[in-house]
Amino acid sequence: MTHEPVIIARQLTKRFGPFTAVDAISFEVEKGEIFGFLGANGAGKTTAMRMLTGLLTPTSGQASVAGFDVFRSAEQIKRHIGYMSQRFSLYEDLTVKENIRLFGTIYGLTQRQINDKTFQLLRKLGLLDEAKQLVGALPLGWKQKLAFSIALIHEPKIVFLDEPTGGVDPITRRQFWELIYQAAHEGVTVFVTTHYMDESEYCHRVSIMVDGRIAALDTPRQLKLTYEADSMDEVFVKLARTTSLS
Amino acid sequence: MRIILILIWKELLQVVRNRAMIPILTVIPIVQLILLSFAATNEVKKIGLAVCDNDHSTFSRRLREQFLSSDYFVLKLYTDDEKAAAATLEDDQADAVLAIPPGFERQLLRGQASSLQLQVNAINGVKGGLAGAYAGSVIQSLRRDLSLEIVPVVRQKPAVAAPISVSYRHWYNPELEYQTFMVPGILGVLVTILTMMLTAMNIVREREIGTIEQLNVTPIRKYQFIIGKLLPFLFIGLFDLAIGLTAGKLIFDIPMLGSLWLVFAFCVINLIATLAVGMLISTAAETQQQAMFISWFFMMIFILMSGLFTPIDSMPLWAQYLTIPNPIAHFVDVMRKVLLKGSGFEDIKDHFYTMLVLGPLLITLAIWRYRKTIA
Repeated sequence: MTHEPVIIARQLTKRFGPFTAVDAISFEVEKGEIFGFLGANGAGKTTAMRMLTGLLTPTSGQASVAGFDVFRSAEQIKRHIGYMSQRFSLYEDLTVKENIRLFGTIYGLTQRQINDKTFQLLRKLGLLDEAKQLVGALPLGWKQKLAFSIALIHEPKIVFLDEPTGGVDPITRRQFWELIYQAAHEGVTVFVTTHYMDESEYCHRVSIMVDGRIAALDTPRQLKLTYEADSMDEVFVKLARTTSLS
Repeated sequence: MRIILILIWKELLQVVRNRAMIPILTVIPIVQLILLSFAATNEVKKIGLAVCDNDHSTFSRRLREQFLSSDYFVLKLYTDDEKAAAATLEDDQADAVLAIPPGFERQLLRGQASSLQLQVNAINGVKGGLAGAYAGSVIQSLRRDLSLEIVPVVRQKPAVAAPISVSYRHWYNPELEYQTFMVPGILGVLVTILTMMLTAMNIVREREIGTIEQLNVTPIRKYQFIIGKLLPFLFIGLFDLAIGLTAGKLIFDIPMLGSLWLVFAFCVINLIATLAVGMLISTAAETQQQAMFISWFFMMIFILMSGLFTPIDSMPLWAQYLTIPNPIAHFVDVMRKVLLKGSGFEDIKDHFYTMLVLGPLLITLAIWRYRKTIA
């Protein structure tokens, strides 16, 4: 992998009043990498992700995403990233096609590009028959896959996924990860948070956040070696325990 | 431009798809228009009257008859017991007590001044005031009749000052039909309030559901978002105005003397300000519940200080200034002037100019207040 960082964070910090949600985290993510962002609930994952996507202004530190500074060029960053939030956030009262058209237009795609994208995307997801169905009527797994595909509609450099597979059945989760791999293969950098430790094994590199800090950051294999663990699950439990005792 | 268009398209689609929305936008305003217009009348009839007659004379009985011959008074008690008469006022049986002193007729026949006492329950200020005014005119008319009859008797003093009579003619609403007067104003209020609430709730709802976060992470510009939210509700407001005017014409046969174009043109610039208020509310509220209460606060002030029920001219001066930034006050006045009086642009241009300043000002404020970032 060539050394070409697309996300750089240096001492990135977010405080809400006296509470420090993200405490001086530093890391780099390479182009085309699948970067797993792990941590218990409340460890600061979502806050960190929101700072990188321009939804939240950091308190201090530095960060750049796709070559743009998060303080000065948050709106520029938004052109180059896709985002899928924890909560399902497509319009449930619009159809599959209408949602694609809406977000396609917002990202500045031409009508022709939108038509092509719509067809490609629906075919890939096997949703051609459901194109005119309201998104609210789709099963959760399909919605998540659709949301992911729409997050990629403008061919962003980086896609941020905040617990994309929460509440989804194992088979759909697998299919979802196939989509992630496909995107990474096409050169998209994937920044993903998850609670499922088996999923973290699919990532190229994993960072584990504990109480607002990055407690560990390495490849899953290296992490297992360092912490003498058989699975990522064990790594996670060991890390969470040591840091909470210290 | 394409982005704004797609946002408008999206918003209108969502409105059409929402089953509850169509009745909210059509049936409910018409029902409100009908109910409010029939109920909101300034006319006071059937004032309960207790007469305490201590004179028991022909004149005192004539005075009583004079009161009852008008539609405005209903006799609740006829007595010579002052306490009983006062009691009717206390337990709300009567709204006014007329006390006729002993020697009333005798004094009048001698050409001396006599005094009557009228006690009015003024808890309801409008009713109390009108009861007093009506009673005054009834007594005046009796005095006029009597003065003609008495003159021949009292020869020495022929020149009883000729009573001055005032006759009224009500312009622009000759038959004092309150519906006619109220419908245009109420319609103005309905259109404004409805669209203001819809806008405020709509944006907050997107925040609650989480869809706004998806929009905020796109390169969409703040002004595009605000205009994309504003225009659909502006269309809805104009649509409701059209429905309301049609209903007003069909049901109440309200006059439409002035130009309807003028009414709609004013509605457009007025709604820009109103919708901006709705947006400002949405920027201050996290949940629909909060938005509801903030809207309610503004709604009450806007309506009660709009001149719809009480004329702005009779408010204290500071309150009159407060009505300047109130879009509803301008709309109510324009609706009445154009529809009932046939005013043209020249007559209402001050309202136009005020709104042309207020609208863009509020919109700018809304764009400035709107945050693409969270807290």
